[in-house]
Amino acid sequence: MATTVKHPQGSPAIVKLEGVTKRFPGIVANDRVDLEIHPGEVHVLLGENGAGKSTLIGMLSGLQQPDGGRILIDGAEVAIRSPSHALSLGIGTVFQHNMLVPTLTVAQNLALGGRWWESPKISELADRVAQIAQPLGIDINLDARVSELSLGEQQQVEIVRALLRDSRLLILDEATSMLTPKGIAELGALMRRLVERGLAIVFITHKLGEAADFGDRVSVLKLGRKVGEISPERLRSLDRTALVDEIVAMMFGREAGDDAVSIPPRAANDDALLEVRDLHVSPTGDAPGLDAISFTIGHGEILGIAGIDGNGQKQLAEALAGQRAAERGSVVLAGQTLDGLDVGGRRQKGLRYLTDDRLGEGTVGSFPVSINYFLKQVGEPPLWRSGVEQRGEIGKRAEELNRQYDVRTPSIATPIGRLSGGNIQKVLIARELAEGARAVIFNKPTYGLDLANTLATRQRIRDIASQGLAVLLISTDLEELLSMCHRIAVISQGRLVGTVPNGEGAAERVGRLMIGLAA
Amino acid sequence: MSGFFSETFLAALLFGAVTAAIPLLLAGLGEQMSEKAGVLNIGIEGMMITGAYLGFVGAYYSGSFWLGFLSGAAGGVAVAALMALLCVRIGLNQIVIGIALTLGFEGLTALLHHFQFSKSYPRLGAVQVTPIPLLESIPIIGPALFRQHLIVYLSIAMVGLMVWIYRRTQLGLNLQAAGDKPAALDVAGIDVIRTRTIAVLFTGGMAGLGGAFLANVGAGLFIPFITNGAGFLGIVLAMLARGRPVWVLAGALIFGVCLSMTTAAQVAGVNIPTDVIQMLPFLAVMAMLVLFGRRASLPAALGIPYERGVR
Repeated sequence: MATTVKHPQGSPAIVKLEGVTKRFPGIVANDRVDLEIHPGEVHVLLGENGAGKSTLIGMLSGLQQPDGGRILIDGAEVAIRSPSHALSLGIGTVFQHNMLVPTLTVAQNLALGGRWWESPKISELADRVAQIAQPLGIDINLDARVSELSLGEQQQVEIVRALLRDSRLLILDEATSMLTPKGIAELGALMRRLVERGLAIVFITHKLGEAADFGDRVSVLKLGRKVGEISPERLRSLDRTALVDEIVAMMFGREAGDDAVSIPPRAANDDALLEVRDLHVSPTGDAPGLDAISFTIGHGEILGIAGIDGNGQKQLAEALAGQRAAERGSVVLAGQTLDGLDVGGRRQKGLRYLTDDRLGEGTVGSFPVSINYFLKQVGEPPLWRSGVEQRGEIGKRAEELNRQYDVRTPSIATPIGRLSGGNIQKVLIARELAEGARAVIFNKPTYGLDLANTLATRQRIRDIASQGLAVLLISTDLEELLSMCHRIAVISQGRLVGTVPNGEGAAERVGRLMIGLAA
Repeated sequence: MSGFFSETFLAALLFGAVTAAIPLLLAGLGEQMSEKAGVLNIGIEGMMITGAYLGFVGAYYSGSFWLGFLSGAAGGVAVAALMALLCVRIGLNQIVIGIALTLGFEGLTALLHHFQFSKSYPRLGAVQVTPIPLLESIPIIGPALFRQHLIVYLSIAMVGLMVWIYRRTQLGLNLQAAGDKPAALDVAGIDVIRTRTIAVLFTGGMAGLGGAFLANVGAGLFIPFITNGAGFLGIVLAMLARGRPVWVLAGALIFGVCLSMTTAAQVAGVNIPTDVIQMLPFLAVMAMLVLFGRRASLPAALGIPYERGVR
């Protein structure tokens, strides 16, 4: 489990976060995060998409303000008001998406930020850049237009820019995501040279291997919460395999505050309720396809789909729900084939889908709660008659659902976009479970919810299974899957690479499948 | 038709062209800075008409053209301040606010003029020209270009000043960054809102000055709606010029010639309906758009209000 650092080595922390919290409409992006950043260290922030890494960086670089907690710099509490304030505090950030003006030259970009009435002193700048870049082995052509540089070169320009500003802390946000393997190795070497000169580096990544290779200290974020830290002493005492194991345990292991494992009991009934055979979906521009997906789910069974985000989970859910065309394969629900049916037809047969994109796809944010309950029945009697909305009937049913699912809203007329993520999720569950649900697909159902709502949603899913429905639970949170699934399948690049029955040792086996090792 | 090619006719045509071009030049240079910084300033017509009105009033009561120009520019800046507040600071839609400012101030100036002068249209005195020795005696070109009010020379000199600002100063860099990638400017530690505000206020000043010139020098009086789309022509010029001040000058002169033709052709008694002749400048706009408009590259963030931390 997490080793907390009691005696930070060497110099004291330059930046310290205490209980920092940041909320966005519907989600908690950072939940009471503590972090210490020391000079001479590469501090790796590891976490999956949506773990809250970028939000944390946004607050350190002055782009966003925390809703709670404190940021201490050199021991004194500071509110970082703006990017220029962050720079003056010595915090330089290289963002995931580069922050250079493509139409300007490198020199002009480096000169940005000077006082506006002055002329940019390009020759003076050239000298300083040479002083900084040469010892680091960076070669920069100051006269090149930024749009002509490779992404790796642009990144080097940004690092040099941060150093030009006398940064003491350099933050690299997903810096390797656009680099070639060679570029990544070079960046690693460069970071090493920088920390040897006493700089502090925060290196953000979702790649486990990079954390192990480059980090002096590793902090793991998961769904907005910090779930563990490996101190430099501990890190040095481990070999690479042991280190990877320890990080895997943190990323996928148990977490304080999680609910206990409780797998809903089910009658010994092996009849398949939902059967998917040989499902193929072709890949599109940025999304992976699906390759020969086959599985069955029985009555009252919860099948979990584990995997690193972006490996085809959303495509699987959408193909089943009828939102995405399958190239071939068949889906059978309770003996009836769903092939060829559209979204409405599948819903009619009892297949329901709860999207992870609650605000964008699941609801219409500006519509009242009441209409959002019945979005999928618009125009149908008895809620609509001859195309006219029956306000009384809709209102009555919406009030009833509010009570039944404990939705906290000022009124049924409130636009749903103003509710918290947990309440929006409840509305969606209520809607999808209505009349005749037989199988329910959940895609990341607790993403962005606070702990109380997370636990409530998990219990709701267990209850659904107890009623005899088939549940497909897609989640990037392995702990969540382990807490309620009967079986867990692992998806990787659009294929199911293995299925593990839940129980003793399942966590390790699934975790290894997820990072591409044999179970 | 022989009158078309007489020396006096050509000189008058050219003189008229320069007079007509200056307001367009000023508006175009002003708009160019806003657009560079990422603000599509549709309200420029409203800034110009305000400049024309206040410029005229200033000159009429003080008797000084210079005080007229000053009050015109100040009027333009005042309207621009409103635009900057609404569109840059609060981040409202630039097109809607721009149209509102244009219509609002066209109406307001017409109303004020009506209360003040009723149906009389008082005129200012003759324009005081500053001839440039030697150059003024060149045939045709001399009287057209080098026997003008001092503000004409200053306006043309503005082109050089703008080139210098964009190419050589920190401000020029900041403006371009604010239009092409405001987030990059922000993380470099420069306030995007402030940079854009400076650009919009500058546009207002230039448009106001252009309006004052239009009323005081071009017409010698104020008539409601006198700008008649000159601000919009400024927007067209700024878009076609792709960030280059010299191109604004060239475009303004082309439009100036067309505008001047409408008067000159009528004076020369060309047997074409005046309505057709008056269409000339707008035909020129369309021709220029067809020829150059497709290649016009606008700043990436043009028209998009900047809000920090929004992805």
